[in-house]
Amino acid sequence: MIRAALTDLLLVGPAALAVVLFIFLPVGVVFGLAFTDYQVGAAQAEWVGGANFAQLFGSRLGRNALLNTLTYAAIVIPGSVGLGLLVALGLHGMATRLPRLSALLRAVYFLPVAATLVAMAVSWQMLLHPSLGLANTWLQALNLPGQQWLSDRGLVLYTLAGIGIWQSTGYNMVLFLAGLAAIPSTLYDAAAVDGADRGWTRFWSVTWPMLGPTTLFVMIVTAASAFRVFETVATMTAGGPAFASDTIVYALYREGFVYFKAGYAAAITVVFFLALLALTALQMLLVERRVHYR
Amino acid sequence: MTAALALDGVTKRFGDTTAITDVSLALGQGEFVALLGASGCGKSTTLRILAGLDRPSEGQVLMQGRCVTRDSAAARNIALMFQSYALYPHLSVYQNIAMPLRLRHLSVAGRLPGAARFSGAVRRTREDIDAQVRRVAAMLRLEPLLARKPGQLSGGQQQRVALARALVRKPAAFLLDEPLSNLDTQLRADTRDELRALHRDTGHAFLIVTHDQSDALSMADRVAVMIAGRIEQIATPQQLFHTPATRAVAEFIGHHRMNILPQGPAAALHPAGKGLDLGVRPEDLRLQADGPLQAVVRSRAFHGEETILSLQDDRGTALRMVLRGGSALPLPGDSVRLTAPPEALHGFDACGLRQQVLS
Amino acid sequence: MRPGLILGFGLLALGAVLVLLPFVWMVSVSLKPHAEIFTPHVSLLPQNPTLENYRRALTETAIPRYLLNGVLVTGGILILQLVLSVPCAYALAHRRFPGRGLLFGAVVAALLVPFHVTALPIFLGMARLQMLDSYTALILPFAATAFGLFLLRQAFAQIPAELIDAGRVDGMSELAIAWRVAFPLALPTVIAFAIFSVTAHWNDLFWPMIAVTDPDLATPPRGILYFRDAESGDEPGPLMAGATLVTAPLVLAFLLAQRRFTQGLASTGLKR
Repeated sequence: MIRAALTDLLLVGPAALAVVLFIFLPVGVVFGLAFTDYQVGAAQAEWVGGANFAQLFGSRLGRNALLNTLTYAAIVIPGSVGLGLLVALGLHGMATRLPRLSALLRAVYFLPVAATLVAMAVSWQMLLHPSLGLANTWLQALNLPGQQWLSDRGLVLYTLAGIGIWQSTGYNMVLFLAGLAAIPSTLYDAAAVDGADRGWTRFWSVTWPMLGPTTLFVMIVTAASAFRVFETVATMTAGGPAFASDTIVYALYREGFVYFKAGYAAAITVVFFLALLALTALQMLLVERRVHYR
Repeated sequence: MTAALALDGVTKRFGDTTAITDVSLALGQGEFVALLGASGCGKSTTLRILAGLDRPSEGQVLMQGRCVTRDSAAARNIALMFQSYALYPHLSVYQNIAMPLRLRHLSVAGRLPGAARFSGAVRRTREDIDAQVRRVAAMLRLEPLLARKPGQLSGGQQQRVALARALVRKPAAFLLDEPLSNLDTQLRADTRDELRALHRDTGHAFLIVTHDQSDALSMADRVAVMIAGRIEQIATPQQLFHTPATRAVAEFIGHHRMNILPQGPAAALHPAGKGLDLGVRPEDLRLQADGPLQAVVRSRAFHGEETILSLQDDRGTALRMVLRGGSALPLPGDSVRLTAPPEALHGFDACGLRQQVLS
Repeated sequence: MRPGLILGFGLLALGAVLVLLPFVWMVSVSLKPHAEIFTPHVSLLPQNPTLENYRRALTETAIPRYLLNGVLVTGGILILQLVLSVPCAYALAHRRFPGRGLLFGAVVAALLVPFHVTALPIFLGMARLQMLDSYTALILPFAATAFGLFLLRQAFAQIPAELIDAGRVDGMSELAIAWRVAFPLALPTVIAFAIFSVTAHWNDLFWPMIAVTDPDLATPPRGILYFRDAESGDEPGPLMAGATLVTAPLVLAFLLAQRRFTQGLASTGLKR
């Protein structure tokens, strides 16, 4: 009896300790810190109630980071989900006719997911360089004005969103391809017998409704990763120019680890975490309600 | 009479393999035909070609005498009930049944929600569709289930929804792919009766595809036996059982596999055996003290209402016989003499074709 | 073929070219001599390709050091994660003990917590214990992997209990069963998890930016940024050579084992 208990402790103990120490304890600490004015290295901290949250939602800078993140997500979600679906539909249809080419294109589209984003961001930066980059060279060849892709305050967030779409389309494509492969072919036969034999009617009567659960899942996953955008911002703009590309995770990094305002950074963390939890809750709710077809 | 649906000399090849060869089959108006064959014999391919889901490599598909070989499934107005039922999981029972009518009679715009409010024609079409859905639902006792999703139904209920979806649009012919294979024994027997009644009441031409000969023989007016991609025989169930056209059909049809005595030794049973293989069903063999065939009992298996003997005759041919009743059964190792009435003998020539055996 | 199909294929191919553009550009610039980069006539492909940039990146910069750090850190994280997770996941799948349900519930709940949320307290704790600026700081926080525990438990649960019992009858200890029966049988899942873990931490920038300030400890993405900030735009050639060297291992591994990679990375989406 005691032997068995000791065995269990030996097997489970280290991992359980790590989970408590590196996940649950920090989550608790973050929620506590968010209500203090603690500075990294300070001997003590004052309880400030909701002041940090008031600063995040009340200050121009805080609202700017939240709004930028939402704008970024509002571009990346439809962009990369829509393109992921289109590419998946194209490659799925191509797979029977030209299997080799289809597999090759699938690998190409997935490549940005496996690549080191920071290195790719450095390459993008060079590509978008105002004078030495290819983007403006090509624009000028078409007699279009060159752009300050990363230093124009009105443009920089859209540039980053474009790179975000470039990075996540392949991932969504893979999820959609799995969803497409799971649609039973007899449903297409049934639709053909019922009178839906043209591409568009087939798509609306079988493909789209059967992809419902996949689409919801892909949208939630994309939203969660868009909220987390950090690498491209840190590499290419550091939130600039003039905070035009500041996002919530970058603000969390800057406030907490550059300015050492731990209390305020903890409040940003809490808001970020609650937003992600809300997404998960939304997903569970929708799956229960509608998309599971039960 | 022109057939409701017919195949004329149809061959289908997939790459190097030939799935079906030179198949001709006619389904008369209001007729109930079964396509019977073991799995992998090509009957599903035949069905898909009839429905328009696949194109034949050679030969033609005819509807009411008109060539529809190149027409799509949607253009043919043929109903097909799938083995897996293929119900749309995201639609309610009502919407599943209405789907073929909506796709046929409403335009894309007319299918949009609220369209009936703007167009009188759309409203009338929708009312018409509603009436037809409710009529079919009543026929198949589906009214209480109309609001459910297929995932909430039992297997038998799903099957009735699939039937309803196939029947709702008054098809020119009604094809059923293994309609009974997903049902348990009791439900199976009930559904056989129900399908017969449905055929009688609707008057449509029915074609069921099945691997189960009891289903085929008990329900159909005519049965087409398909073996290795060819139609071996098309006949009434009685003809199929009593006068099988080929040796392959003879061995395929029947609860117990037919005994075949090879040409030569078969002469012991009947003079025709000098030139023909002779088939005799296990039920038709009799024990008789002065019977012409000498055999040794190898084993004996009791099955309740019948007992099956495995025997070997003095020329080494393995035989089976089925005995009813329990009087004086021989034991393994016993030597017995057998006979069979001449009218129960089936003669087959070297090509496996039926030849008359004179009594 | 119908015109619509040709149009579709054309668009797919065009999209693929766009996706490849930054890769091609990165390799192209890394092969260009200095004069070809600083020119008003920018071209996509190098006219006189040279390996000079690679020679300089490998001999005159700290790129090799960053790559070595990357191997040490990702390898250290993966080994630590497996050493902790395999026995625990095995116990969760095949043993009954008080608190098992609670622990599994905690693992599922922990799946919802991204690392960004725990980074600040872990940083504060490590600062207090003077553990920052070390390999330990880069590796230790990832010892707890709810995703690994969850994935491995699901895989171990597929193993028939008879097989586990056979190991017990043969006299193996529980730890031996976990490593010598369960682990090899769940190898496809282990590989998927390893690909996920190595990719995530090789590419990670967030934690290395926080945990270390000593450039000698920089992981490849962090190192690339040190390098870029130091050369301040004068040496794009060696910078792109460095970026190519940092990206190459995972991209090559992906091209060689596409299916496993896709599975391993796609399963991160199931992290919820």
